[in-house]
Amino acid sequence: MSDFKTMQAKDLQKASAQQRVVKVGVQIVTYLFLFTMALIVIFPFYWMIISSLKEMGEYRQSIPTLFPKVLDFANYAEVFTNEDLLLGQLFFNTLLVGVISTALSLVITVISAFAFARLEFKGKNALFAALLATMMIPGELFTITNYQTVSSFGWKETYTVLIVPFLVSVFYIYLLRQNFMQIPNELYLAAKVDGTSDIKYLWKVMIPLALPTIISITILKMMGSWNSYMWPRLVANDDAHRLITNGLRTAFTNAEGVTDIPVQMAAVAVVSFPLFLVFIFLRKYIMKGVSRSGIKG
Amino acid sequence: MVDSKHQWKAWLYLAPAIVLLLIFTVWPIFNTIRMSLLEGYTTMQDVAGVSFNFGIGNFKNVLEYHGFITCLKNTILLCVLTVPISTFLALLIAVALNSIKPLQRFLQTVFFMPYVTNSIAIGMVFAAMFNMIIGGGARPDSVGIVNNVLEAFGFEYINWMNAGSEYWANIVVMVVYIVWNALPFKILILLGGLQSVNKQYYEAARVDSTPRWRVFTKITIPLLSPMLAYVIITGFIGGFKEYSSIVGIFGEKMGPVGQQYSLDTMVGFIYRAIGNNEGRASAAALILFGIIFIVTMINLYVSKKKTHY
Repeated sequence: MSDFKTMQAKDLQKASAQQRVVKVGVQIVTYLFLFTMALIVIFPFYWMIISSLKEMGEYRQSIPTLFPKVLDFANYAEVFTNEDLLLGQLFFNTLLVGVISTALSLVITVISAFAFARLEFKGKNALFAALLATMMIPGELFTITNYQTVSSFGWKETYTVLIVPFLVSVFYIYLLRQNFMQIPNELYLAAKVDGTSDIKYLWKVMIPLALPTIISITILKMMGSWNSYMWPRLVANDDAHRLITNGLRTAFTNAEGVTDIPVQMAAVAVVSFPLFLVFIFLRKYIMKGVSRSGIKG
Repeated sequence: MVDSKHQWKAWLYLAPAIVLLLIFTVWPIFNTIRMSLLEGYTTMQDVAGVSFNFGIGNFKNVLEYHGFITCLKNTILLCVLTVPISTFLALLIAVALNSIKPLQRFLQTVFFMPYVTNSIAIGMVFAAMFNMIIGGGARPDSVGIVNNVLEAFGFEYINWMNAGSEYWANIVVMVVYIVWNALPFKILILLGGLQSVNKQYYEAARVDSTPRWRVFTKITIPLLSPMLAYVIITGFIGGFKEYSSIVGIFGEKMGPVGQQYSLDTMVGFIYRAIGNNEGRASAAALILFGIIFIVTMINLYVSKKKTHY
């Protein structure tokens, strides 16, 4: 009897030892897979920085160096002083457009979301459904007419044209309305009884409570200005109003299509740097906003 | 609650949004349909007072226009290749991330990094990685880092995107870049889904000592199916609007040197018609909308049948 028991115990031990080996094996494979993929994901960033620090001679070597022999910051100096790129102007334009459009867009989003979440009026649900339906339509369909409209307004090659057409985002209104709806209505009614004005109530209660969503919207909107390409290219492609992505794409390639890659990579690094800071410090807000949206910045 | 004071206040708050939407969203919808049905419509002629025949000529014009079939083919090909590849890879990575403890947060952060980038800028980095620098000799001065890696594994270098490169090589470059770009969003959604799955199902499977593969196909996939449906649908919608990633890599000529517009897409086709032939642009935009609409409906139909909520 006791023999049988020990045998069983041994079998069990053996089985669990085997399981443990399999488990460790699976873990090792999992980590190997994840590290390989992570390396592939990171590599372009590494290559951008490394290439931007190489002299053209070293960059052209048939066997590339994984780390520059001579750190050459001249490429960056070239980026900041290049007279075709006008980096300062590009930064200024993009920041100006980004800040103004984000601020105005936030005001419109907040008051619209408030109306949809807290006020009662005829046709509210129908209007909200109609707004959501427009989200299905690809933006290119609007662009054709908007190009005509802004041309007839005489807005081409102004800051206005980069700001006004995109001030209303149905998606942001939707996102913030959902957030506002979670705040108990009793708070609003109590405030009404106390004679608090809507604006004061919005400012003191709703905005603080919905702050994470508002921050997400702010970041996504700013990133949108930083990354927008096609609309600015169509309507404001002059030196005074050009935005950064547009300026970047055409710079450092000569008439024959030959590119000075190290300098170009330095420019790409400079343009990517603010985004990198956003990633480091504000990642969690973006991840929150994104996981509810599916819209690229 | 509904009194007249509230009514006008609500409309007052909504006024800025409604006015802007009427000008920049609602009017374009009607105007695009109008322009698409006026044969040979151009803004310039319209302003000059020319009248146009009503008909479907613009749609015919689009379908017969040289380059349209190329645009359609490129768009569909990129969609059909990148959506399954990126979804599958994202699923693998999300499941792997979900099964580890140490370094999980760190790796999750790393995988999210490509999201916060400028698709034109990083496209230029990918271009630099695939690009060859032609020198005087028979062999290029530099074959690019991707080719260096290939050669290290004993393969021959490939002309990925320089002048004279082949179509399939260009497509490979685009697929690699688009998948790289699409991964973070999909991983984020799928990992979020995995983390909200009820652990009891896995406990039950463990008690029954269900094999891993069965757990994956019978528990993980069904429970994750709403998120999978979501990333596939948004992936197709984004895929049909592919444009700036190609500009990032190949530049505004949408192709290798000497093969202009060989990689042009539907959106590229629309943009090129803006400012010279709005009738054609409108018809193409409506065709694109139709395709996206049909594909989304098919996706929703399939996912309704396969999704377990």
